[in-house]
Amino acid sequence: MTTSRRTTTRRSTSRSTTTPLAAKARQLTGVKGRFDGARPAAGFAAAALVLFAVAPLVLSDFRLGLLAKYLCTAMVAVGICLAWGRGGLLTLGQGVFFGLGGYAMAMHLKIADAGPGNLPDFMQLYGTATELPWWWRPFANPVFALAATVLLPMAVAAVLGAFVFRRRVKGAYFAILSQALAAAFAIWLIGQQATTGGTNGLTDIQGFFGYDLNDPVNQRMVYFIIAAALLLLIALARQLIHSRYGELLVAVRDSEERVRFLGYNPANVKLVAYVVAAGMAGLAGALFVPAVGIISPALIGIVPSIELVIGAAVGGRASLVGAVLGAIGVAWAKTALSEEFPAAWTYFQGLLFIVALAFLPGGLASLVGIVRRRATRRTAGEPAPALPVGETA
Amino acid sequence: MTVILGQMFTGVSIGAVLLLIALGLSLTFGQMNVINMAHGEFIMAGAYTTYVLQKSLSGAGISLIVALPVAFLVSGALGALLEWLLIRRLYLRPLDTLLVTWGVSLMLQQLARDMFGAPNVQTRAPDLLTGNITVIGGDDPLTFANSRLFILGLAIAAVVALSLTLRLTPLGRRIRAVVQNRDLAEVSGISTSRVDRTAFFIGSGLAGVAGVALTLVGPIGPTMGTNVIIDAFLVIVVGGIGQLKGSVIVAFVLGVLQSVLEYSTTVSVAKVLVLVAIVAFLQWRPQGLYTLRTRSLV
Repeated sequence: MTTSRRTTTRRSTSRSTTTPLAAKARQLTGVKGRFDGARPAAGFAAAALVLFAVAPLVLSDFRLGLLAKYLCTAMVAVGICLAWGRGGLLTLGQGVFFGLGGYAMAMHLKIADAGPGNLPDFMQLYGTATELPWWWRPFANPVFALAATVLLPMAVAAVLGAFVFRRRVKGAYFAILSQALAAAFAIWLIGQQATTGGTNGLTDIQGFFGYDLNDPVNQRMVYFIIAAALLLLIALARQLIHSRYGELLVAVRDSEERVRFLGYNPANVKLVAYVVAAGMAGLAGALFVPAVGIISPALIGIVPSIELVIGAAVGGRASLVGAVLGAIGVAWAKTALSEEFPAAWTYFQGLLFIVALAFLPGGLASLVGIVRRRATRRTAGEPAPALPVGETA
Repeated sequence: MTVILGQMFTGVSIGAVLLLIALGLSLTFGQMNVINMAHGEFIMAGAYTTYVLQKSLSGAGISLIVALPVAFLVSGALGALLEWLLIRRLYLRPLDTLLVTWGVSLMLQQLARDMFGAPNVQTRAPDLLTGNITVIGGDDPLTFANSRLFILGLAIAAVVALSLTLRLTPLGRRIRAVVQNRDLAEVSGISTSRVDRTAFFIGSGLAGVAGVALTLVGPIGPTMGTNVIIDAFLVIVVGGIGQLKGSVIVAFVLGVLQSVLEYSTTVSVAKVLVLVAIVAFLQWRPQGLYTLRTRSLV
């Protein structure tokens, strides 16, 4: 197959003549290859309506604050959908990037809360530090801190990813390494008690760029920022998925060697997905801090990192809508169930993992496709193969 | 000098614990290509088995000796059950086994919390294992803890037993055949599903033995598995999947590295440095220290 022919077939994916790879990708992911403009736009408008109009009207301030927290998880899920669902990169260390973004933001807010010349409260408490540690100082600058919330996680992901993907470390190896990164980061944070707050983390954050976070009006403002950021990330991920790059990413997931033989470097393709996902998690962590007022190692270690993945898996790792709704749903279920029965939540969470991954690998989003395929099979009389989603060796 | 030797011994004993944990994983992850996150909870099951036995049997020494085979059976049975219920449906999707077994591990942890309570519990070590052996006497003595020596011995015995089983017994031959070429093994008349389950039984059983050993060096708690499982996975990854000798070498190297780095920096910095060393090592050998040579492109 020549390159020019490949390009033409790729453009005409809406018609019946498609490349086998694109057809397989579509079959696996249940996402249409064509740029069907009207339905996504309507869905986007509906989501915006719910987030900006309905939710603030019907929810109490407390519930709206919880929703803001869930939306942050959903932002991480957008990145997971891209890296794992599309790229087959099971990253169990998204908590690291969430944490980097969160700590970058929290460090700035703590410095701002303390006021010029003062140390953040927890440093005064331990009494070990007489001045701000050198690596805290740049975060006094709001522009630096804001940029760092996204760029710092992306840089860490770029370094690790470059090392890992270049030498074709993949699949389970990559998952375990990313998990080890989460463990090491959390342990390191806990170890640096005097400068990171240790196990407690950075707590009791009062202000957000001059606004008092205890004021419900400002809390709403934070919610609106988070909702807007989520919609922005979804739009960005959608553009990426439907670009030439998006097709390449799925191709790398399904057959890395074939992509290599076509002249692409799969390492770079994977690296972009991993770095973008890290940036999304970093932004989510940064916005989580003003919404909840705390960032700590307990929010970013191995366990929370895997919890971030489960939402996307339950909803449907390969579908943006599925991953986002799954993340929100699981986070909501956690609050609802663990408020009443803390023990029951753990059993339920375990069951979710098992049912979603062993019996419904495409997540809830794939149910739509399964039902539709059953219906067409009945009319057309052709069998539809059932294939697992997003698996690379 | 004795300080360095002491640190080396600490490193070797950390390595022995790692090796005991990684040994079972080497079977289930290396040979069956299943990333069993519940392996840590099988370790926990072995540790709680020791605890229960010690409550019902008088004499710490007897209960420890009884606990070794019983923990092997308890954890092995759990593993075989898990294989039969879930994992056999997932052999072609290794990454999904990771998340599914993570779900299982969450439930097992909660089960342990409901059965034994959330706080850690402790067992008594037999009198014979509580003391120290003085290797170098004098003003600057070098002593080895008996319990650590026992774990080292246990790890060596487990490695020897496992490698002899794999090399010499008909079961070992069948396991190796399934690992090297599953389809060919199947058409040669080997029941691959039965071999899978047996291998899983042995691998999980070894986790139980590791759990018994861990009761000698630390408390028993619902989350004890999570704390050690990542390190054990790293041992397998660096050693080479399915390569026993790789796991043995890497377990001791990582143990010594960890202990030396801890001595010269702090525990938390040592963890980070070990991870950096591992990533650097994988640049040199992406498939681990030893690899099964194949002509496969992936």
